[in-house]
Amino acid sequence: MLIGHQPKDFLLAVSGLTVSFDGFKAVNDLSFYVDENEIRVIIGPNGAGKTTVLDLICGKTKATSGSIQFRSKELTRMKENEIVKAGVGRKFQNPSIYDDLTVFENLEISFPRGRSVFGALTFTRDAAVRDRVHEVAEMIFLKDKLNMSADLLSHGQKQWLEIGMLLIQDPDLLMLDEPVAGMSVSERAKTAELLNRIIKNRSVLVIEHDMKFVEDIAHKVTVLHQGQILSEGTMEKVKNDPKVIEVYLGH
Amino acid sequence: MTDNRFFNRSEFIGILVLAVFLVVILPLTLDVFRLNLVAKYLTYAFVALGLVICWGYGGILSLGQGVFFGLGGYCMAMFLKLEASSVENTKIQSTPGIPDFMDWNQITALPLFWKPFNSLTFTIAAIILVPGIFALIIGTAMFKRRVGGTYFAIITQAVAAILTILIVGQQGYTGGINGMTDLRTLKGWDIRPDHAKVVLYFFEVGCLFACIMIAQFVRHSKLGRILVAMREKEDRVRFSGYSVANFKIFAFCIAAVFAAIGGAMFALNVGFMSPSFVGIVPSIEMVIYTAVGGRLSILGAIYGTLLVNFAKTSLSESFPELWLFGLGGLFIAVVLAFPNGLAGIWGDYVQPRIERLISSRKSKPAGWTDSSVADGAPAE
Repeated sequence: MLIGHQPKDFLLAVSGLTVSFDGFKAVNDLSFYVDENEIRVIIGPNGAGKTTVLDLICGKTKATSGSIQFRSKELTRMKENEIVKAGVGRKFQNPSIYDDLTVFENLEISFPRGRSVFGALTFTRDAAVRDRVHEVAEMIFLKDKLNMSADLLSHGQKQWLEIGMLLIQDPDLLMLDEPVAGMSVSERAKTAELLNRIIKNRSVLVIEHDMKFVEDIAHKVTVLHQGQILSEGTMEKVKNDPKVIEVYLGH
Repeated sequence: MTDNRFFNRSEFIGILVLAVFLVVILPLTLDVFRLNLVAKYLTYAFVALGLVICWGYGGILSLGQGVFFGLGGYCMAMFLKLEASSVENTKIQSTPGIPDFMDWNQITALPLFWKPFNSLTFTIAAIILVPGIFALIIGTAMFKRRVGGTYFAIITQAVAAILTILIVGQQGYTGGINGMTDLRTLKGWDIRPDHAKVVLYFFEVGCLFACIMIAQFVRHSKLGRILVAMREKEDRVRFSGYSVANFKIFAFCIAAVFAAIGGAMFALNVGFMSPSFVGIVPSIEMVIYTAVGGRLSILGAIYGTLLVNFAKTSLSESFPELWLFGLGGLFIAVVLAFPNGLAGIWGDYVQPRIERLISSRKSKPAGWTDSSVADGAPAE
């Protein structure tokens, strides 16, 4: 890798990224760049490698080759928890929350303090923690449910809770995997409103199938197909790209 | 008492009830022989307590807790054995001043690793550190490589088998299959007579409550909640910025240290230590105690241990062959019908009734104190 190969101002620079599972290249020589405060949406047909890209960035999957630079730190060589500390947050496709804990406790665990073993032993629930949890709970429409066990929430509320857990983490790059999937129409509208509020002052990488939702929030759209970039640019440009219409939007 | 970093109100009452049960009721109602039996059972309660944190909260099933129980027990037994093997006591041996089993195995000098066990301070440190460091090594090797679940349980079983074979095989250094017997004094104080048994019983109960307090502290800290979170959604915890492996190692180490303290208490109270408390079968029995008591309940684990052991003693006296089937059947029954053990039954059926009773009494002017809740059942 050449040093100084990319301009410094990109928040995230993915270059030449490849991962192969037993010879199958789920992501193949992929390069893209995300600016500070940019909202980038990744779309593409099933199996295009969208979720794998997020897995690679957050360290869940190890890259076969290529580089992922975040604020000029090389993420491919870092452990998952170090990547989180560097400022990358990830929401999973299925709501991934702790059913046996209350909503408050779910949010509290994501509060960025006391992440070592002894830090966690001596962690105190002080005013700063309580205020932040209440503030985030209000944002994610769960203010009245703080003491409720999380498994009693509806599917949509669980999605919000996980978004809230990421908010409390306050990442510089927020990665969301299908945040409105499986939601009712009214929940979807509320989520769009929530996302529009929380994407301020940070970069967001979103995977989504709901094209209306994508049009609402995307600054730039990347279309993936078979692990490679098919098209990239504004929604307008991508929508009119004949290749995109053929493999994805035309259906 | 209100909520603090150790317990909330109902847990405080539960601990108080247990304290009354162990410190007042049992010593007053049992003769010294039976009290010493309880002391023996309670040594396993330390193990069960550790398993509540490691298995119940952290979801890490260890089928090798006997290893740590044994390491703690052998450390204590080595000190006691050295004291019992003074030149005076062993003058009939061909090499006086070394433990009898060494003499029987033609060993003529005390092995190097035995020498520090002349010091009680070293022994106490070793009881905590040897199993702690051993658990740290196993835990690091396994959890950093993301070995978990069944594979981890199998590996801990293998470790238990290996240690047993090692102890049995190295007869000259360990006492072999017979273990270390004929332990007599602790710093010149005879541990065998009845009054010493009573003192040791109270000392053990004191240590047990210290461990309960540590367990309560862990459980009420954020670490306790992270363990629960990890058990459910390991990836979510990992991608919230925690090193999951380190938390698992911590839970495994604390369980190991508790087990080792139990083992040391065993050597003191029962007066010997042998490989039959190290292997696979005792390790699995210890998991059963925890399961019967309720693997999510710190106090439940203590009652579970006492209950199963009382049953074991009385049943195996009458039906020695049937007992093991009984134990296996009990485990299956608990897993199928009462996954949260005694504590689950208490929490689901008994406690709500008592609370209803209290609230209906409270509406009348009659005086009602919390101690009326007292009975031998686990309060959680």
